[in-house]
Formats: sequence, structure tokens, C-alpha cells
Amino acid sequence: MADPLLRLIDISKSYPGVRAVSRVSLTLNRGEVLALIGENGAGKSTLMKILGGVVKPDQGTIEIDGVPHSSLTVSESMSSGIAFVHQELNLFDNLDVGANVLIGREPLSAGPLKLVDRKTTKRIVEPLLKRLDVDFEVDDLVSELSLAQRQLLEIAKALSLNARVVIMDEPTSSLTSTETERLMRVIGELRADGVSIIFITHRLNEVGICADRAVVLRDGSVVGELARENIHRDAMIRLMIGRDLKSLYIPPKAAPGAEVLQVTGLRTLTRPAHAVSLSLRAGEILGMAGLIGAGRTELARAVFGIDRALEGEIRLNGAPIVIRSSKDAIAHGIYLAPEDRKRSGLVLEDSVSENISLPNILAFARNFLVNSTAERNNAERQRKSLNIKTSDVETRVGTLSGGNQQKVVLAKWLSMNPRVMIFDEPTRGIDVGSKSEIYSLMRGLADAGVAILMISSDMEEVIGVSDRIVVMQEGAISGTLNRDQFSEENVMRLAVARAAEQSAA
Amino acid sequence: MLKKDLGLFLLILVVGAIVAFLNPRFISPINLENTANLVGLFGLFSIGEGFVIITGGIDLSIGSEFALFGVVFVDLLTTYHLPWILAALVIVGFGVILGFVHGFLVTRMNLQPFVVTLCGLLIYRGVARWYTDDGTAGFEFGQSFPGLEWITMGRTYGIPHTFVIFLIVAALMGVLLHRSVFGRYLFAIGKNEEAARFSGIATKKVIVAAYVICGALAGVSSIFLTMYTRSISPASHGNFYELYGIAAAVLGGCSLRGGEGSILGIVLGAVLLQVLQNLVNLLGIPSSLNFAVMGAVILIGVLADQQLVRLRQSRADRVKDSLLASAIPREAQR
Repeated sequence: MADPLLRLIDISKSYPGVRAVSRVSLTLNRGEVLALIGENGAGKSTLMKILGGVVKPDQGTIEIDGVPHSSLTVSESMSSGIAFVHQELNLFDNLDVGANVLIGREPLSAGPLKLVDRKTTKRIVEPLLKRLDVDFEVDDLVSELSLAQRQLLEIAKALSLNARVVIMDEPTSSLTSTETERLMRVIGELRADGVSIIFITHRLNEVGICADRAVVLRDGSVVGELARENIHRDAMIRLMIGRDLKSLYIPPKAAPGAEVLQVTGLRTLTRPAHAVSLSLRAGEILGMAGLIGAGRTELARAVFGIDRALEGEIRLNGAPIVIRSSKDAIAHGIYLAPEDRKRSGLVLEDSVSENISLPNILAFARNFLVNSTAERNNAERQRKSLNIKTSDVETRVGTLSGGNQQKVVLAKWLSMNPRVMIFDEPTRGIDVGSKSEIYSLMRGLADAGVAILMISSDMEEVIGVSDRIVVMQEGAISGTLNRDQFSEENVMRLAVARAAEQSAA
Repeated sequence: MLKKDLGLFLLILVVGAIVAFLNPRFISPINLENTANLVGLFGLFSIGEGFVIITGGIDLSIGSEFALFGVVFVDLLTTYHLPWILAALVIVGFGVILGFVHGFLVTRMNLQPFVVTLCGLLIYRGVARWYTDDGTAGFEFGQSFPGLEWITMGRTYGIPHTFVIFLIVAALMGVLLHRSVFGRYLFAIGKNEEAARFSGIATKKVIVAAYVICGALAGVSSIFLTMYTRSISPASHGNFYELYGIAAAVLGGCSLRGGEGSILGIVLGAVLLQVLQNLVNLLGIPSSLNFAVMGAVILIGVLADQQLVRLRQSRADRVKDSLLASAIPREAQR
């Protein structure tokens, strides 16, 4: 066999508090489809960012065509033929297909005006689209394309750069089964043309369909490699899990109490076809698992009054309540720590103390004038009890670390006696130390009688922290698991069940 | 925030000192009194504009509102012989209503503030001209309103009442913006409306309130301006005045992105603008250059401020880095 196209040797990368990638070695041959699998946070994305030149490794060598580099820049990565098809697509949806493919490299017409040459654009882009066998045209607007079409457009863009390695980061996560099949076909054709593909996915059956080789990552290290004939679901799952998930669990002091929050037949605007019902008991942590886009955040937003629910009843301690705005939810003691804390949870430019008092500022005001001493004293109390690491509560929240920012979000609500606390991805982007602090905080709240709903895409977290798990799938609840049924496999099965059935059919 | 205001204050002192040196008439009591009067007139509505700018919006319609409110006010006093207090209340109420409409269109209809108030600018100016058939509205010969004139034109110990009222309003609005719950909400919304909403704040109501404050202050200002000019030609009365308000707010540290600004800054901004106007007159600069001087000073001011912020930022980063460097070994020991 010829020399490998790409070789990663002993690559490591640490972030403060986390070892994201640890001594990973990996080879990629010409015309090979390599599947990279592992749980959220296993280090796949970091590894690919290193390949794309976005992140510099702390140590290790990247060999392309046998030439060693200690790190790549974005332009080096591009010029050596590495192209990304991003999870969040990087397209300008106000421009047409051709303009997107050739963005930054527009062919110009001759003459003094140097306008964009539409004919040449068409001549360059059309064969690419034909090669991918797509059902849209060069001059279609991207805003009119479906997600799957946009993904193919990203691939066309990669091909126009003469890509030899195409990295696809969960390309099928939002595709229907027919769209997925087409993508699988395209991958097969690219491979036949000698293009190498690194394919990151959570859908294990797809790995079986298209991959020549599968590399499994766990906690930043390669834990196994499966050749084509050994790629089986069970073998992959065995490699992906296999760690002590119970270590996170702090048992509750008492059995859960009465039902605090009952949601019946709730339908949201984004998922009008499915009605969701669930109930939450005092003193329990209910984990909510599911793939990204399963409708969990939409449910939380509706319960918290950010989005209006189309239909459905919410009962608090047995009595029906009406929630029209977040103000109503807060008045009932239902609080939300949102998924995107920088966008929705905090005013980054404001101080720790101002952020903490924001939802409850009337409590620190007399005749509508804010008493900043009372405000600061409260912030100071929260800082001590939550162990928020900041020199001063007057510090701007934006300068704190992710874990401490999240604690400020919690501090907002904890000083207001929550009845129901919804956490949406409570530890995303947070270092390990703060994570365990947040878990014990959650347990403390539950033991104090608060009903907790924890939405999480982190399998370790869902299984390790929850007392009970509900799984959502494409807008509906697909099942509930009690502690004795907890396993990564059971959760996964409920989260992906339909997608797997569809492609099996 | 305070540093910014202090810088502006120093700038006013420096400019004032230079002008006074070149032309001592600058610090003559009469000149200072007149300048203070103009500061009061232009400062009042600048404060309202500041509230809207802090929400991340803008109000372009103020100048046209002055024309419309002015002709209506004159009409109420001359044709309908309303008591002036009543007429003044009607005008302020009118301002409140227009402010509410602007706020409603911005928050409930999701229109952009620029577009809403640009339409306001055109509509109110047009209606004002139509109202008087493009004629000049003025008081009848011999008509006088001693109480109203005392408030709007009077002076005590030489200090124009406009200026006094401006300072009183500024103090009240300063407390409202910097000390009250409403002010806190306003800044939070200007910085991050979504986080404010997730904190249970009725963001739309707060934004509407900002436009209402702006409209009400525009109503008050229009009465003062009417009494200052005594007659109103609706095609030109108040032209460009919204830009004075925006300029004062921006000079005073309001960011058009929202979430930043202070009443003290706006007050100082209004003062600086009038000092600049005065400077053009006193230094014998052709008065046609008036706007050019104003524009140039604002541009330089904003540029200098940007540079200062950057300087401060990089210094803060260096301090933070050294703090981090000293903190890391301690962490490692644990």
C-alpha cells in the first residue's frame, strides 16, 4: 500500500482543567472512509480542529504526504487539501449556490469594471453539482435549500477547493433517512474518486454502512480501532462506554415526594405534531436525554414561558397554572438555567452582583430605587455559598470562567427559593472541578425539596446524576427509565430508535 | 463610566479656556447666560433621546415633533384660548402618545426603530405644514402668558429658568436611570435583551417606557422652544434637532448598540455642543461652518474615546495575565 495521506502522531491538547486530546495517533489512507466515533466530549471535535488549523496542539506531529508539521494554520490546512463540512453550516443564505461555493474566490470579468463573472461561476460550479448529483441549481438561493441540500453544497464547496480530505462532523444529525442514504451514496462516490473522508457520527449504523475503518475515542484517547469486517454495533458500543459512570451519582437523602410539576399534552410551535406529558416530583432529579434537536430545549422554553405553548396544561402542586411569559413562570417559582448562558443567561458586561439580582431586583429596592448595598451583600452571600471564584462581586461576569459563569446563573435563582428548577445543559463547556460542584449543588437543591429537570446531551451526566431519565426523540417522549434500567445502551436506543428503524427498513 | 464623564468635563474646560483666552467675551455674564439657556433648551430632549439610545433604539422624529407640537400649542392658545397649563398638558400628553406608538411599533410589530421614527420624522413634519397651510403660526398681538413666560423665558439672578429646569429634570432622570429598578432593566435590555427576558423582565414594556419618556420630554421641550422662538414656521422649526439630541447622547458616552450611557454624560454632551456653537460665533469662524465644526469635534471625541478604551483594555489584560500567572502554581499545589 502507498504511504498514508495523513498521519497524526502523538497529538495532545489540554485546556485549563481538561485534557481534551491525549497522545492520539491516527492514519488516513488515500480514498479511505474513516469513521471517528465516541461520546460527546471524547475529543473528536478538538482533534478535527487541530487538523483544520483552528487549534494548535500542545505536542505531536501532523504528517501530510510524509511532510511533518508541528501545527497547521488554517491556510496551510486548506492548501494541503483538507476541507470541513461543518456541523453548523457556514453558508450565506442570502446568496445563491454559486456565490457560496466560490466565496472569496469570485471569478472576475475582463475589462475595467471587474464585475463578478456569472458565466464562469456557472462553468466552475455546475460540474461539481453534477458530480454530487444534487437537485438544485447554481443560481438557487441558499435560503431556499433544505438542510440536506445545504450539506451537499458544503461538500461541493470542499470539492471546488480540490479537497483530498473531507471532514464531516455529524453530517446526518439533522437529515431524514432518504437524505442520509443519498449522503452515504455521495460518500461512496467520493471514495471511488480517491477522496479520503473522516466521518464523525453518533449514528452507529451509518458507520457500518460507509466506513472502511472506525477509530473510537474516549476521554481524549484512542481506545480502539475496528477494521471494516469488525465494525459491529456491539463492538463499537463496548469501546465507547466501559467506564465507571456511577461515580458521579450522589444518592438522594429521602425518597422523592409528591408530584410538583405536571405537564400534560404540551405542544410547541416547533414540534406541533407531538404532545409531551411529564411529571416531576419534589426532591428528584429527572434527567432528560435525547439527541440534539429532539425538542428538549423547546419544551423547557415553553414551560418557562419564553415561547408560547400551542396547547397543553401545566399544573403546579396539583393546581393548574397559566404561564404566558417568563415573568409568570418566575412568579410560580419555576426557573430555567438556559442552554446558552452567554446569550440568554447573563449580561456579560454587567457585574456579578448586578447579574445575580436582575430577576429579583425589587427585593433589593425601596420605592423602586435599588439599594446597592443590599444587592452586594446578597451577591457576597451567594459567592461564598456557591464558591464562585472571583475576587470581587463587582467583577464583570464576562471575565469569569465558564464554570463560575454558570454558578452566577444559578445564584440568580437560588436566592429566590425555587420550586422547580430546569437546567438545560448545565455543564456544557465547564471544567471537571466545577462540574462536580454543580452536581452536588443540584443534589442539595433536590434534597431541599426542589423538583429538578436536567436536560443533558452528555451521556455520562444523564446517567450519573439523574434519579430517573426521560428520553425525547424527534419532539416526543420515547421512554422513561428508572435507575435500575440506566445504561448507555438503553438511553441510546430510546434516543435513536426511530432513525435506526428507518434506515433498517 | 465616571472616567468617561470626567474626560468630557476636562474637554469642555480646555475648549472653554482656549475660547476665553482668544475672546474674553466668552466668559462675560451675558454670553454665559445665553449659552446656559441654549444648553437647557437642547439638553432637555437630549436626555429623552438618551433613554431610547440606551435600549439600542433611536428616535429621529423629535425635530418634526417640535414643529407639530409647536403649531398645535400656538393654536390651542390663540384659537381655542385654552389656559396655558391645560395646553401644555395636552402637548406633553401628545408626546406621550406618539412615544407610545413608536414603542408599540418597535416592540410589538417588530419594526426597526430607525424606520419607525424616520417615518415619524416625515409624517409629523408634513402634518405640521398642512396644519398651518405652510404658514407661520404665531401668537396674536398683545397676547401674553406671564406664568408660562416666567417659567420658560425667565431668569433668576441671571440664571435662565430653562437651565434650572434642565438640571432638575436631569437629576430626576439620573436617579431614574442609575438608581431605579427601571434603569437597571433598561441597561440590562440594552446589553442583552434575551438574558433580560430569561430573567423574567417584561422587556417590551420597558422599551415602550423609554420611548414614552422620550416623547414626553420632546413635548416639554417643544413648549420651551415655542416660547423661545415665539413663532413657528413648520417647514423649518426644529429641523435637525433630533441630531443634536443624538450627538449629545453619543458625545456623552451612549453607544448606539445600546446598554451604555449616563445622564451626566448627556448633560456634558449638551453643554459641549453649545460651547462649540458659541465658539464658532465668538472666534469669527464663518457660521456656515457651524455643522462642520460640530461634526469634526464629535468624530475626534469618539475616536479618542475608542483609543482610550483600547488602552485601558490592554492594560487590564496585562494585569489579568499576571494575576493568572501567579494563581496557576497555587492551583497546581492543591
